[in-house]
Amino acid sequence: MTDLTWKSIAELAEEVRSGKTKAIDLVGKSLKLIDKGKAYKPIIATLEKAAKKRAEEIDANISKGKDPGRLAGVPFIAKDNFLVFGADTTAASNILKGFDAPYQSTAINKLEAEGAICVAKANLDAFAHGSSTENSDFFTTLNPHDKTRVPGGSSGGSTVAVALSMAPFALGTDTGGSIRFPASLCGVVGYKPTYGLVSRSGVIAMGSSLDVIGPITNDVNDAALVLDVMAGKDPMDMTTIDKPEELSDLADRGIKGLKIGIVKEYLSDGLDEKVREVTENTIARLKDAGAVVNEVSLPSSKLALACYYILCPAEVSSNLSRYDGQRYGYNYKDAKDLDESYTLSRDVGFGDEAKRRIMIGTYVLSSGYYDAYYKKAQLVRTKLIKETAAALSDNDILVGPTSPMTAFKIGQNVGNPLQMYMTDVLTVSANLSGNPAISLPAGKDGNLPIGLQVIGKQAGDKELLDISKSIERILK
Amino acid sequence: MSQYLPTIGIECHVQLKTKTKLFAAVSNDARGAAPNTLISHICLGMPGALPALNEKAVELSCKAGFALGVSPQKFSKFDRKHYFYPDLPKGYQISQFSDPVVIGGHVDIEVGGEKKKIGIVRAHLEEDAGKTTHPAGADYSLVDLNRAGTPLLEIVSEPEIHSAHEAKAYAQKLYLLMKYADISDVDLYHGNMRFDVNVSLSKDAKKLGTRSETKNLNSFKAVEKAVEYEIKRQAELLESGKEIVQETRGWDDAKQKTTSQRGKEEAHDYRYFPDPDIPPLNLSDEYIDKVKKDFEKKNFYTIREKLEKAGHLSDDDLDTLFNNPEAVDFAVAVIEGEDAKPGPVSKLFDWLINVIPSFIEDFSALTEDKIDGLLALAKAVDEDKLVSTKAKDGVKQLFHDTSFNVEKFISDNQTLSDEGEIEAIVKKVIENNQKAAQDVANGETKAIGFLVGQVMKESKGKANPQLAQKLITKRLQG
Repeated sequence: MTDLTWKSIAELAEEVRSGKTKAIDLVGKSLKLIDKGKAYKPIIATLEKAAKKRAEEIDANISKGKDPGRLAGVPFIAKDNFLVFGADTTAASNILKGFDAPYQSTAINKLEAEGAICVAKANLDAFAHGSSTENSDFFTTLNPHDKTRVPGGSSGGSTVAVALSMAPFALGTDTGGSIRFPASLCGVVGYKPTYGLVSRSGVIAMGSSLDVIGPITNDVNDAALVLDVMAGKDPMDMTTIDKPEELSDLADRGIKGLKIGIVKEYLSDGLDEKVREVTENTIARLKDAGAVVNEVSLPSSKLALACYYILCPAEVSSNLSRYDGQRYGYNYKDAKDLDESYTLSRDVGFGDEAKRRIMIGTYVLSSGYYDAYYKKAQLVRTKLIKETAAALSDNDILVGPTSPMTAFKIGQNVGNPLQMYMTDVLTVSANLSGNPAISLPAGKDGNLPIGLQVIGKQAGDKELLDISKSIERILK
Repeated sequence: MSQYLPTIGIECHVQLKTKTKLFAAVSNDARGAAPNTLISHICLGMPGALPALNEKAVELSCKAGFALGVSPQKFSKFDRKHYFYPDLPKGYQISQFSDPVVIGGHVDIEVGGEKKKIGIVRAHLEEDAGKTTHPAGADYSLVDLNRAGTPLLEIVSEPEIHSAHEAKAYAQKLYLLMKYADISDVDLYHGNMRFDVNVSLSKDAKKLGTRSETKNLNSFKAVEKAVEYEIKRQAELLESGKEIVQETRGWDDAKQKTTSQRGKEEAHDYRYFPDPDIPPLNLSDEYIDKVKKDFEKKNFYTIREKLEKAGHLSDDDLDTLFNNPEAVDFAVAVIEGEDAKPGPVSKLFDWLINVIPSFIEDFSALTEDKIDGLLALAKAVDEDKLVSTKAKDGVKQLFHDTSFNVEKFISDNQTLSDEGEIEAIVKKVIENNQKAAQDVANGETKAIGFLVGQVMKESKGKANPQLAQKLITKRLQG
């Protein structure tokens, strides 16, 4: 019988490096668990052939005395908006069905350089537009805790894969909460780094000024190790920053004296009662452990969601312009002329949500509306950045719930895009301000997980991870 | 027709002289390359591809600012300009819309002896699109993305040009400024500089008329002729009571006329917004100073003034000289040389303009180590030790023969100034050319030149020609 859990990533890599475990066996286990959990539909494609080949190479290298790196032989699963060799890269969209990437994303290259092995591509809301995976052009992924419910999104496939132990870690992207939200709904750790800490090169863009890449793991240590490998300046992405310090060597500095800011706007109306209860209990436990709790206010956070749904679609409408059916991806074969080829390739290739965001984005960038929408939203964003920095100058971290609700029923919000957008209400602020944030499993409502969101200082990823490790201990 | 005042503004796309594209580490030199061979995932607009700004392009734009007489902006940024076209892979062009790298500046021109400053509105960096061709009769078009992403600096003039001559002078001057500062290869044939001319006519100098824009002119002559044609066409329309349509026109070089390209101008909405993939440019004072220092060595106006002050060359000669930046550098090195006496230097400059270009392949042959030899030859001429034509032989050998010894050449070819020796040659020449001698004796001065030539030939080019002429005249005309 297959063991249904994984040791920590550092332990797994150490076992492979020392020859105690073979990379090929880890890949084998991962593929077996992927097959076992397929009823939940988190995976779009496996890279069985490529993964086994890499595992054999790594094992051969080890027998020759070479060191394959800090993630030696560790299998992982990438959201299908990462360009990876060995399988198509689709972003779960029909317009990119069959797209064979001619280059790899920097994040994947860095992980591979340390010996990690990509075994599968995970489902998502097409182009990462959504928070339930119901916007995937292919199929909806199911929540491992209740098959009738969504796993959250957009990184739903990656999250479910980790929750079902298909691999020790998975990669997600987070533009408005797409790592943290499903992590909260599936009961795993989801980490959103500071904007620019991980290169976006080779990851299909959603909202370029908001997109970050992060790990989904079983615990904080694993998240820190994966992040440490991926982080740092990349000449292929001008928005990247230098890794400020080593991120993986975490120190549990304890809770005593920790200054925690409770954002009052995050605990206002619209929270599920059980979510509020778990969050307040957690805060009480942290206080008992010696934390100093201060109430803080981020007045602009009330506008954050509105601001996000202007800026993000604006960038989406621009970023999706390249999918015109001419050079790659879906092409409408019977078009009469160029205009029709553009129109019909995009009409058939894009799903409803992509079209909705293209229309909103095109509208807010149009002359006459630019000042009223885009420019004003940027002003709010600047204000929010300042407010967040001010709140974090008096506090080490900000704490609140990740999601206002637990996993909702499949289909429940499909006819109501605005209701669906509300799921991002607590997560978008960190994307707008660029701060690092993490979702930690904090409790349950029945069998449905509830996550705690912890927000750290700009480029203070190490500090946030250290503190998260301490909080994780209290929560366990 | 003269009652209308033409007003002209010119936009010029200058292709910057970088090794690689504006946002991709791919060769920028598409000349002669097979279609779609100079491309990467960035040029193709592949999913996940991000721009990586070429710093050399920023440096060259800053230099262009200085060449236009202004310091570059400390803050500038890139914007996306959206439209769908097959040669625009991302569905948007990266350009600078609201905060260009250069604001202001001017280009000094001279037309008919009158000097004029043409103001510059702005110059912004942007990427070129690819090239679309439509084969005749085919039901498809071809796209070549080699040029996609090539760095361009679009320089926009104020509407302060008022004639076709001025338009041409502006284009030529811009060419020299860009060429001399080494900002662009300025290869007009390959479209390194493309001019768009906006022409309007008006009776009231304070009010502008409706303009036409004639795009993609790639020669000075085309700029001049297109403006000339537009002024005439619009004047005729206005005279006959018709209205000018604001439109884009093209230049038909074969027919020497502009033709309407799009009919009525569409109101495009390009949905500009700041490109989130490219952080704004914040240029430090140190950086700007460094570029400026570098530029000053190639500052057209100050170098030109320096050469004008030296006084060896006419304005026309200087114009010729500045078409070849290496020749300018060489000329500067000559006048900055330590022991350059005016006489020999003038002679050297005469050779530089009128002699040397005829036998060198390109001006990179003008290296500073040639200066001493040239000055020695020029000095020998100045001191009547070498006959001028003989010295020109020496100049040619100096460039072509690596073992050329200037001292030996001068002593071997020393001018013959001994009257007795020349007298003997003259006597011999007259004996052998009785007819010409008779003509001279009869007062036909033209024939003297012939006889002098014969004396030169007889003396292997060494005879002092003035002395030879004097002796011939004396002997034949008393």
